[in-house]
Amino acid sequence: MSTYCIVTDERRCISCKACEVHCKVKNAMPVGIKLGEHFTEGPVPGPNGAPLYRTLYMPCFHCEQPECVDVCPTGAMTKREADGIVHVVADDCIGCGACLEACPWHIPQWNEDGDKAVKCDLCMDRIDAGLKPACVTGCTTHALALVGQDDPRYEEQRKRAPQRVLAER
Amino acid sequence: MLNQISNGRQTPEAAMAGRQQVYSVCGMCSVRCPIVVEVEDGKAVRIEGNPKSPLKGSLCARGAAGIALEMDTERPQRPLIRVGERGEGTWREASWDEALDYVAGKLKDITAAHGGRSVLFSDRGGPFVDLHQAFMRGLGSPNYCNHDSACARNVQHAAKSVMGIGRKEVVYDYRNCKHLVLQTRNILEAINVAEANAVLDGMEKGCKLSVVDIRATYTAGKADNFYMVRPGSDLAFNLAVIHVLINEGLYNKPYVEAHVQDLDALARHVATCTPQWAEGETGVPAAAITALARQLAEAAPNVIWHPGWMVARYDDSFHVCRTAYIINALLGSIGAKGGLPIANKPGDVGRKGLKKLVDLYPAPEEKRADGVGWRHTQFDGGPGLINLAYDAIATGDPYPVKAYICYRHDPLMAMPDAEAMKRKWEGLDLLVSVTFSWSDTAWHSDVVLPLSTYLSRESIIASKGGLKPQFFVRKRAMQPTLDTKADWEILCGLARRLGMDKLAFDRIEDIWEYQLQPTGVTMADFDAKGFVELCDAPRYREDAELKFATSSGKLEMISPKWTKAGEPSLRPYAAPPAPPQGMFRIAFGRTALHTQGHTVNNPLLAEQMPTNVAWINTARAAELGIADGELLEVLDARGTAAGRIRAFVTDFVHPEALFMVHGFGHRLPVESRARGKGVADQDLMPGGLERYDRAGGGISMQEHFVAVRKAAARA
Repeated sequence: MSTYCIVTDERRCISCKACEVHCKVKNAMPVGIKLGEHFTEGPVPGPNGAPLYRTLYMPCFHCEQPECVDVCPTGAMTKREADGIVHVVADDCIGCGACLEACPWHIPQWNEDGDKAVKCDLCMDRIDAGLKPACVTGCTTHALALVGQDDPRYEEQRKRAPQRVLAER
Repeated sequence: MLNQISNGRQTPEAAMAGRQQVYSVCGMCSVRCPIVVEVEDGKAVRIEGNPKSPLKGSLCARGAAGIALEMDTERPQRPLIRVGERGEGTWREASWDEALDYVAGKLKDITAAHGGRSVLFSDRGGPFVDLHQAFMRGLGSPNYCNHDSACARNVQHAAKSVMGIGRKEVVYDYRNCKHLVLQTRNILEAINVAEANAVLDGMEKGCKLSVVDIRATYTAGKADNFYMVRPGSDLAFNLAVIHVLINEGLYNKPYVEAHVQDLDALARHVATCTPQWAEGETGVPAAAITALARQLAEAAPNVIWHPGWMVARYDDSFHVCRTAYIINALLGSIGAKGGLPIANKPGDVGRKGLKKLVDLYPAPEEKRADGVGWRHTQFDGGPGLINLAYDAIATGDPYPVKAYICYRHDPLMAMPDAEAMKRKWEGLDLLVSVTFSWSDTAWHSDVVLPLSTYLSRESIIASKGGLKPQFFVRKRAMQPTLDTKADWEILCGLARRLGMDKLAFDRIEDIWEYQLQPTGVTMADFDAKGFVELCDAPRYREDAELKFATSSGKLEMISPKWTKAGEPSLRPYAAPPAPPQGMFRIAFGRTALHTQGHTVNNPLLAEQMPTNVAWINTARAAELGIADGELLEVLDARGTAAGRIRAFVTDFVHPEALFMVHGFGHRLPVESRARGKGVADQDLMPGGLERYDRAGGGISMQEHFVAVRKAAARA
């Protein structure tokens, strides 16, 4: 994983989908493409029978050994040395779609506007400017956080989120 | 272009990216959250919550999608004047000069024949209405209205009847609250961003949340206590809570002694309203109601029983709101930190308020066409009751109303029975819509004056009361992409043509300068944060400072004003009728993704939520053989189908209710993304324009029954 990841505080998340919209606006993504996806399950009965909603925002996990990088024939899909952010160098992408097939989480998306692969890069331009990813900054209730490896939520996210995403899908 | 934008400023990060940042105010809903707009080459490219405000960058999905509104061409692109029949959708395009000349000419003819009072205006309320009210005064008309009879009138009047002050003259102090009760207030889906954060912050500090609703909203999903009440039985629930507080002696005795009038009458009124009785009415176990009352007493006075927001729902909604205020009164939370402290105006913190534009002209002496203030003496004159003004159009009683200007307001979607409303409007010689999006009302108008979006228009300076009162202002972040104009450009342009010279401002800067005259604040003071706070620290009042604006100076369990109007302050509970066999009570509400009907065609928000679904209880669905996700037709009480919608089958909606999010079911051909998606609840309320809460003035939109059938059965 990259040295950061985005975690969802379910106690604060209100399933408003602002994360997805902030992401789309910042990255100028057309209708049909979501670089990060928000899941809500519910209402389901909670421990005391009261209603409960389970929520999770899933941008790219920025894998330790990203399969999308391995299959990319041109090196356009790149893992940044400094912090492990996996991103597309657009000029090098030939639009073969191998990364879309390879990713077990279906993270890379096909952007017809330019015929290239696109994916979450944690808003690395913002991170490099000392800012947070657009989804984190804009989150309506500050339920999303960008955390580093020293944060206990980082490990929890790495273990738990992929399983939850599989369950949702 | 960049250096033409007023209030332009740059952070190091934005400078790196070649972007300018403009502090402004969101306009995607009526909350008006503070925002900062990133502008590149003269175009807004990204919006976030104003980082210098309590939002700290956060902004809801609608706010985030604002640029998609500005860039959308499926909205009125230039002034339009109707050439066919009303509602037919045939127009001729006009220049702004031609359109404003046309409207002003019609207004001159109408007012010459029928007087200034024959002009009606409605908006959706909020902090910028001083300009609208000034325009109406300039015309000599008392008939300024807002949308509120289809929203919060019952709360407003309940507040007045108990406290003598309006609902916005108290603050909800969520961050210091220990127990919050939400009833008819879906606070995490009908979002005010600052408020949602304050509630969650309070809960992180240990505030308990109790939710009373007919279904499990996202808000209910966070609750410590959730009470799924029978639709229309909230008053029984509240009376039982009052019963326990009084009978068990749990109310705040010193506070009540000092500040509550007629406790004895209240005690007699609730004597038989036991929790056991309420269990039979509401379906909530008696023990749970008793436990809630005890929990509240423990947390008092740091309790907020929210009186509701959009409460135009039942025939007794006014009394539901009243009992909410009464419970707060018994717990001593009105005026208390962590409860409902009194909001401060500029004068309360030793400052001067804005100079009002409305003071440019004398108040009209004429009585209101809607009867408010003279026929209906208990109601607030300010925004009146728009639905009753329509009666005056139809009947000429008390006098003819011949022109109607809808500003950013779509009554045909906001209120029941559009066909009945259109028939009443047949008496109008002029119907004008000032709007930034298409709407049923704009489509039915004689003239459409396209308003610039909030990103490409300025607004007048607004004053906001609170623990720390403030002034704030909307700046233009970019120039309009279509041939649209700002509200002040439109109204001042009409004022000039009508000879209302005092309101014929040429520049927004001149309006701002006029407003700021007495305040000691200059426009430069807004540069640092986009708003100006009028004191340094929140100001709470001491108990000894509490005096209420009622005739007794106390919180009134019996309001002489309502008594005089023939409305009892303590109305006995009347159980709502059960739906006829096989039918449901229509219920509607909000989503965080849309603002009623006017964002449904926004490309980014339509992608997120293109349609609504019908919540139906699992057992009821099983009886009718309806599966989750199945396509249904919904029929009104006369058996007329209102459209198709998919079933969402869940245990977490009351069996008597059929719930849907409001705002869908658009039919206009000019809205490709919204057209034909989902069902409009207001289409399911035949005769609903006549049905309103006589004591509070709110339209009773959930007093209607509907049926469903599988859509396939139609063939």
